[in-house]
Amino acid sequence: MEGIYAFCVGLMTACGIFLTLRGRTFSVVVGLTLLSYAVNLFLFASGRLKLDAAAVLGVSEDYGDPLPQALVLTAIVIGFAMTAFAVILAMRARADLGNDHVDGRIPQTKEEVRQKSGGQR
Amino acid sequence: MQHLSILPILLPLFTGALLLLPPFSKTLKRQRILSIISALLQVLVGFALVLSVQADGITQYILGNWRPPFGIVLVTDPMSSIMVAVTNFLAFSALCYATGSHDKAGGYFYPLFMFQVMGINGAFLTGDVFNLFVFFEVLLIASYALLVHGGGKQKTQATIHYVVLNLAGSSVFLFGLGILYGTLGTLNIADMAQKVSELDGSVAILAKIGALMLLAVFGLKSAMLPLHFWLPKTYSSASAPVAAIFAVMTKVGIYSILRIHGVVFGDEAGELANIAQSWIWPLALLTITIGTIGALASPSLKLLTANLVVLSAGTLLVCTAIQSEAATSAALYYMIHSTLVAGGMFLLADMISRQRGKAEDRFVVAKKMDNPVFLGIFFAIAAIAVIGMPPFSGFIGKVMVLQSVQSAAEQIWVWPILLLSSLGALIALSRAGTTLFWRHSSGKQTEATQPIHLGEWLGVVLLLSASPLLALFAGPLSELANDAAAFLHDPRLSVEALLTSPLAEGGF
Repeated sequence: MEGIYAFCVGLMTACGIFLTLRGRTFSVVVGLTLLSYAVNLFLFASGRLKLDAAAVLGVSEDYGDPLPQALVLTAIVIGFAMTAFAVILAMRARADLGNDHVDGRIPQTKEEVRQKSGGQR
Repeated sequence: MQHLSILPILLPLFTGALLLLPPFSKTLKRQRILSIISALLQVLVGFALVLSVQADGITQYILGNWRPPFGIVLVTDPMSSIMVAVTNFLAFSALCYATGSHDKAGGYFYPLFMFQVMGINGAFLTGDVFNLFVFFEVLLIASYALLVHGGGKQKTQATIHYVVLNLAGSSVFLFGLGILYGTLGTLNIADMAQKVSELDGSVAILAKIGALMLLAVFGLKSAMLPLHFWLPKTYSSASAPVAAIFAVMTKVGIYSILRIHGVVFGDEAGELANIAQSWIWPLALLTITIGTIGALASPSLKLLTANLVVLSAGTLLVCTAIQSEAATSAALYYMIHSTLVAGGMFLLADMISRQRGKAEDRFVVAKKMDNPVFLGIFFAIAAIAVIGMPPFSGFIGKVMVLQSVQSAAEQIWVWPILLLSSLGALIALSRAGTTLFWRHSSGKQTEATQPIHLGEWLGVVLLLSASPLLALFAGPLSELANDAAAFLHDPRLSVEALLTSPLAEGGF
């Protein structure tokens, strides 16, 4: 169980980091969302993975750690609010700046640069 | 008063909420009055907190009466109380300035400002790392909205970078927290400090990874070298009162490094003792260098001030790297000085930029200002304080920092870099001052400028008068700072007292 779990969290983090490093705001927002999902799963696992272990007293013989669950709940709420804010900000930037690039302008490709310098000559 | 330590959080929280409700929500005038009254109360609470800690020693406010290390605690020790007082004073001055015209730029300025202050105060007072994260998020989300407040292309663009960077930073923060909780089994700072020395082997390596991830996050907040790129643009595009309150936000990062990497992973941490210091050393010195280069290359006063904030962050990081009582005490004094003066500089830059027509605060020849005498005097005071020349507080702060560097090997690195950075700041600021005040076009003034509002004068005077006052009362203040540092570096006082003290009747 631990192996699959760790692999999934790792994969999700890797995808999140990859998408966050992209140039368009949409993929950046998706990347941040994936990162926050991965972090929630990771926090949940920090209380160790156990089967049949309730976090409530008197329900089972083996207890799970309740604190990571409380932490995850807080992290989910905060992550949710932040994602909503990032989406609105991305839309506002699209309206204000006229494009959806994170730098507010679309970088020139090599060919465009070459064409421009060729034209000047 | 037993509930005093939660007031710095509750007061701005309730004021912010009240400002959104009917009697206040529609009229700007009522919002102004309520916010100023509340901010004034917060300043009084801040000073009362400092005095009460001096009189009664450290107090622990246990929310809901859950025994530490399990529940949520607020810890008021000399260090946190001083930082809360400084934040509230800065917030009051910035609010005075905002009453001039900046609050009209968009809706909800005052509620957002109150939530921002609440987040900063909470981050200083909290006693466990998870709540540090929560208060970081509170102050961040308020700062996102404040940064974009007023609108405009430049602000939107700066906000995107700032928001994305900080959201990624929050994820790293949570990863670090998860690792530390998984290895230590606790998030209470005092409890962590006790348990960290018991770790060994592979668990210790895991905990080290967690601690260094937290260092990356705090480095991002405090503008440590490879993570400082967001700062100049963000601070220079924010409106003046917002930039002024942002001046304390880099200090939240440095405070957290002092708390986590100075105390929890400090001298007593066994295998993990002082793990962050070897990283902070080179990065801090490089941060000072890059801040100086940035200051010399700045084309406008706001950018120059933002780069000086990077420079002061580097100076403070050097103090955290030295990791001694004298250095922490110097850091605290320098932190108070640089926060207030940088806030004052941002306000002053806005005043100057408004009186220069289209040239704004750029270093070009422009029309003469309306109040060159007062603005010039203020600029000179701020500049002398920032550079670190006598007779103001910057000089005392820098001398304390220089004196706290003990070994010769460290002095060889720190002294030249720190002194050269002062020289760089001197060159940058004198060039800025001569262009801004002495070189103006001879043509007649065509456009009328907006006169400076009384509240705006008050805000700048309050912040800039702090520097001579800090120098005047340097004796008692440095004693206060020494107390705070001694407390932070003595685990007997800072850790055991918190976990074994009989429970105070706190909470609701």
